[in-house]
Amino acid sequence: MALPRITSPHATGSNRTRKIMQLVLLATLPGVLVLTWLYGFGTLINILWASAVALGCEAAVLRLRRRPVGFFLRDCTAVLTAVLLALALPPYSPWWLTLVATAFAIVFGKQLFGGLGQNPFNPAMIGYVVVLVSFPVEMTNWPAPRGFEAVSPTLGLVEGLQRILGFSAGLPDAWTQATALDVLKVNKSLTIAELWAGNPAFGSVGGYGSEAVNLAFLAGGLFLLYKRVFTWHAPLGMLAALALMSLLFWNGSGSDSNGSPLFHLLSGATMLGAFFIVTDPVSGATSLRGRLIFGAGVGVLAYVIRAWGGYPDGVAFAVLLMNLAAPTIDYYTRPRTYGHSKPERGFKLGD
Amino acid sequence: MSQSYREIAVNGLWKNNPGLVQLLGLCPLLGTSNSTVNALGLGLATALVLTCSNAAVSLIRGVTQSAVRLPAFVMIIAALTTCIELLMQAFTYELYQILGIFIPLITTNCIILGRADAFAARHGVARSAFDGLMMGAGFGLVLVTLGAIRELLGSGTLLANMHLLFGPIAEGWRIEVFGSDYKGFLLAILPPGAFLVLGLLIAAKNILDERAEARAQALAPAPEAVPSRRVRVTGVIE
Repeated sequence: MALPRITSPHATGSNRTRKIMQLVLLATLPGVLVLTWLYGFGTLINILWASAVALGCEAAVLRLRRRPVGFFLRDCTAVLTAVLLALALPPYSPWWLTLVATAFAIVFGKQLFGGLGQNPFNPAMIGYVVVLVSFPVEMTNWPAPRGFEAVSPTLGLVEGLQRILGFSAGLPDAWTQATALDVLKVNKSLTIAELWAGNPAFGSVGGYGSEAVNLAFLAGGLFLLYKRVFTWHAPLGMLAALALMSLLFWNGSGSDSNGSPLFHLLSGATMLGAFFIVTDPVSGATSLRGRLIFGAGVGVLAYVIRAWGGYPDGVAFAVLLMNLAAPTIDYYTRPRTYGHSKPERGFKLGD
Repeated sequence: MSQSYREIAVNGLWKNNPGLVQLLGLCPLLGTSNSTVNALGLGLATALVLTCSNAAVSLIRGVTQSAVRLPAFVMIIAALTTCIELLMQAFTYELYQILGIFIPLITTNCIILGRADAFAARHGVARSAFDGLMMGAGFGLVLVTLGAIRELLGSGTLLANMHLLFGPIAEGWRIEVFGSDYKGFLLAILPPGAFLVLGLLIAAKNILDERAEARAQALAPAPEAVPSRRVRVTGVIE
């Protein structure tokens, strides 16, 4: 009988890149389902199209860089970037918009910096910001959620495809509606109660659609936390900072209100950002305390942009700005190493 | 040891290009390259200042003390820039307004002071003027290429508003490349677009250089086999 001699390492590889990426992809499922239920097949079409573009771009650049194509395509990171980007883009955004965003995310955001693990910025957010800055009109085309057919009907599969491919001659032209964050931003004279009474689609807190979507992403994020894909520090930092800022500058329910803490937690890209973007292990901070600071910075900046900046939602910009700061944060939050009484932090004489 | 005119031209236009290799004058390069007409206007102005300043600096190179040479060069360059500014005010007033601060800033352009100190202060008038012309042309070519690419991506046109520089005959030069319903990739016109396109241009130049070098190596005769280098030999080691 042959006894195979088994040598170390004995780890079974539960923390391989591919496994983790698949787990995160699985965790986006509640969000995908809720988005599809509320807005029709647009999100699903976006995800498929963006994934195809991402894989194509990744393969092309890897080939140019003479790296093993199959090995890197199988680790699912390109697909995850594409899925997160597709979830952030409006459903039914035209095909070329998704194409530009995804190609920028993969080629300029990731591969030109050296590929997996080398990118200083979150690739999905790079792609999102590029199209947000370049094509502001298309990026604000959010349809009304299911149940508000008076504003815009929920499209079926064929109509959705027509809308995305641009053959929408038979479809209504003005069919989108402003999100709650948009309305709050441009509001000058109405009180919060009057605003919400005038827009039935806003639901009770952050918009009928966006509440449900945010709660779904929260559920997915908690699943990942339970699976220990990431620690609680970055998401909690971001959510706590956002809540604290919105509490400090709430300003009641008058016409100059910036919205309640609950509104800010459940609208826009808050939960998607908190659990799927700021937890990026590559572009975020590394140490636990650093992650807390990183998340808090994203939360504060996101609120500052929402309340006083030029864009209705600021999560993407906040993440990119904090990505720039992540190396510095890491530098000053190095943990104590075993055998040393004090941690080594900051600049020393002779450095 | 003075360079031949051919070498000076190759240096300015390609091998030592101020925009792509020395990366000098990045501020106007990135700031005014959002359309072809802006880029061409500033490129011409810079090339003119550079040629004249190189000639002038070369003329006074024997009489300036080395301690005060930089202030003297800057005075010359500033005077020439003022001339250009007044000329543009007189003949292309709209373009002068569009380019704004970038015209007086030609004074502080590192290319001009750099060429004055590195070349014109050590060479004769004719060579210095030619070097200024070639460096200016190299900078201008990069500027116009950048401007054309950014304008093409950003608004889908080429040669728009050329009448600002060339007068009424250029009214009809505007070409709509992608048709009138092109959305316009706004990022290309914004500052990040300048950095991205410049980076891609530098990459393209490096690729071309590498290919040329590989081709030259392939064409060159193979190096002769190295004779055996044994330690103990009786004859003469080649």
